[in-house]
Amino acid sequence: MKVIKLEENAVDIDAASVHYRDLNEEINRVVNEGAKYIIIRNVNGQRFIGAGLQGDDIRIDIHGVAGNDLAVFMDGPTIEVFDNAQDGVGNTMNAGKVYIHGHAGDVCGYGMRGGSLFVLGDVGYRVGIHMKAYMGKTPVLVVGGTAGHFLGEYMAGGIIVLLGIEKRAGQRIAGDYLGTGMHGGTIFVRGEVDNRRVGKEVGIEKLDENDNLVLKRELSEFSRVFHLSYDEVMSEPFVKLFPKTHRPYGPMYNSRWSWQRGG
Amino acid sequence: MIEGYKRYNDPRDTSGCGLVGFINRDGKRVDGSNIIKSLCLMKDRGNGLGAGFAAYGIYPDMADYYAIHVMMDKPEVKPHVEHVLYKFFNVHREEEIPTRQNPNIKNPPVFWRYFVEPKNECLLQGEEQDGLVVRAVMSVNNNVSGAYVISSGKNMGAFKGVGEPADIADFFNIEDYKAYIWMGHTRFPTNTPGWWGGAHPFTILDWAIVHNGEITSYGTNRAFLEMYGYKCTLLTDTEVVAYALDYLLRQQKMPLRAAFYALASPFWKDIDMESAEDREFAEALKAIRIQYGPLLLNGPFAILFGWRNGLVGFNDRIKLRPLFAGEKDETLYMASEEATIREICAKPDRLWMPRAGEPVIGMLKEGA
Repeated sequence: MKVIKLEENAVDIDAASVHYRDLNEEINRVVNEGAKYIIIRNVNGQRFIGAGLQGDDIRIDIHGVAGNDLAVFMDGPTIEVFDNAQDGVGNTMNAGKVYIHGHAGDVCGYGMRGGSLFVLGDVGYRVGIHMKAYMGKTPVLVVGGTAGHFLGEYMAGGIIVLLGIEKRAGQRIAGDYLGTGMHGGTIFVRGEVDNRRVGKEVGIEKLDENDNLVLKRELSEFSRVFHLSYDEVMSEPFVKLFPKTHRPYGPMYNSRWSWQRGG
Repeated sequence: MIEGYKRYNDPRDTSGCGLVGFINRDGKRVDGSNIIKSLCLMKDRGNGLGAGFAAYGIYPDMADYYAIHVMMDKPEVKPHVEHVLYKFFNVHREEEIPTRQNPNIKNPPVFWRYFVEPKNECLLQGEEQDGLVVRAVMSVNNNVSGAYVISSGKNMGAFKGVGEPADIADFFNIEDYKAYIWMGHTRFPTNTPGWWGGAHPFTILDWAIVHNGEITSYGTNRAFLEMYGYKCTLLTDTEVVAYALDYLLRQQKMPLRAAFYALASPFWKDIDMESAEDREFAEALKAIRIQYGPLLLNGPFAILFGWRNGLVGFNDRIKLRPLFAGEKDETLYMASEEATIREICAKPDRLWMPRAGEPVIGMLKEGA
């Protein structure tokens, strides 16, 4: 593995043919030595990059395909991927930012609890499932392209924005089971959603003033990161998906308890 | 037939299987270096308890003969295998499959290949040669203790065993074969044993399957297939997929897409929704689902399926296992991970994530 110290606090790592364990050990080593800016080149499928990494002032640039579980448990740093990413980006991420210039695979943002994950292209299946918000933390997931089935399934908190900017003719912006089991958080979709494909726990309504402020904040940043025109991103109306109840399965358990109590 | 197969019970890392395959639609053959390179990138998806390859176009001089690859626990089994094979076939040539010493491959079985032609007098009324070959394969697998036919198609072959991808490739000299379709698999056994016969691919005739996932409908599928003479002897769920496709495509002569709609049939609610848009198509889906219900594959899977004319990748209906596709000129690639494709094709013309239940089909061009 070729590692070049560029200047004070900046390091360039060549990851060509490097095993993921060695690469991640090297990242941890340079961070412990005080590196704040790490450029990783020739990445191809190495897993767990940025896993559990802490430090709001750390920045990692990735050139090549980031492997599974990029930024898993990450707590603060900013990772920018100038290519595609595979499955499980931002798994249980706590804080920080992940920007992906290409597409990302299945189960991105799984159980995400803070920070933001921006994907310019499409995402796969089961993205943003069981995202949650707690105290001051609200995770944000913005997808520039389209999403597969189960987007926001069992969502408990946070914000998902689905833009479908470059969807092909006849292509649906979201897959089936959109927001199924959702009991917290908000999903904003640019354009129309097919009611038949939305979970029965989900309500659809127009955006209020506060929603517009949230969108403005996140999408200005999204446009800035990916060099898009903010006006163009905002050129189509959005709909808002919200959970009709915070305990969609509550009655199931209530009735059993009451039955046990003889009620 | 299995006789006290060796178990490999030492502790292993937890992961999931990895698969990769590609087809050159012009029929241009390439050596095994790329399939090895791409499969080795996914080494961490398997755990050394199974790796294998299928290759099409490797025996051009023997293309008219069925190539029967046989795995034998020990050399003493060979006469018993030949007792069956010589009964069904005129054997044109037989030889040991060349293998290399590899320090990581311990106590391997013996591999032999026979280039054969079915004897006309052995054909049943109305039976075609393929049918006889299937009967012969089932006869070896079911009756000869310690022997298993691991492939039986023309101008193709399967090579598989217990080991890491690089070691199995080295053991079988995979880089020396030239093929227009290559398939590779690295295994992480979950609910069935890791043993030489349980490595992927699974084949019958020239149909070959590599699979990541679990076929939870194995019992139902197996019970149905047994009625048509297929005997599941390899202790692994994936085996039923190879036989199901042989049944649907060869015996039932179903169109390719229809066969995949039988294996990964849309949900009833989707058929109902389809019915509003294309009634005739919805009726066809309904008929397939009813007629071939026992062949519906349940559980999570990503599968690559190869035969002499093509390579198909398909997922379960809600995509519980990863599958990725890429294309460069006349070569179609499919794999569990994008990086696997990019490792051997740096700048594909197109890269995409196939949709659940929709097969990705790469066909050899007519006359290629």
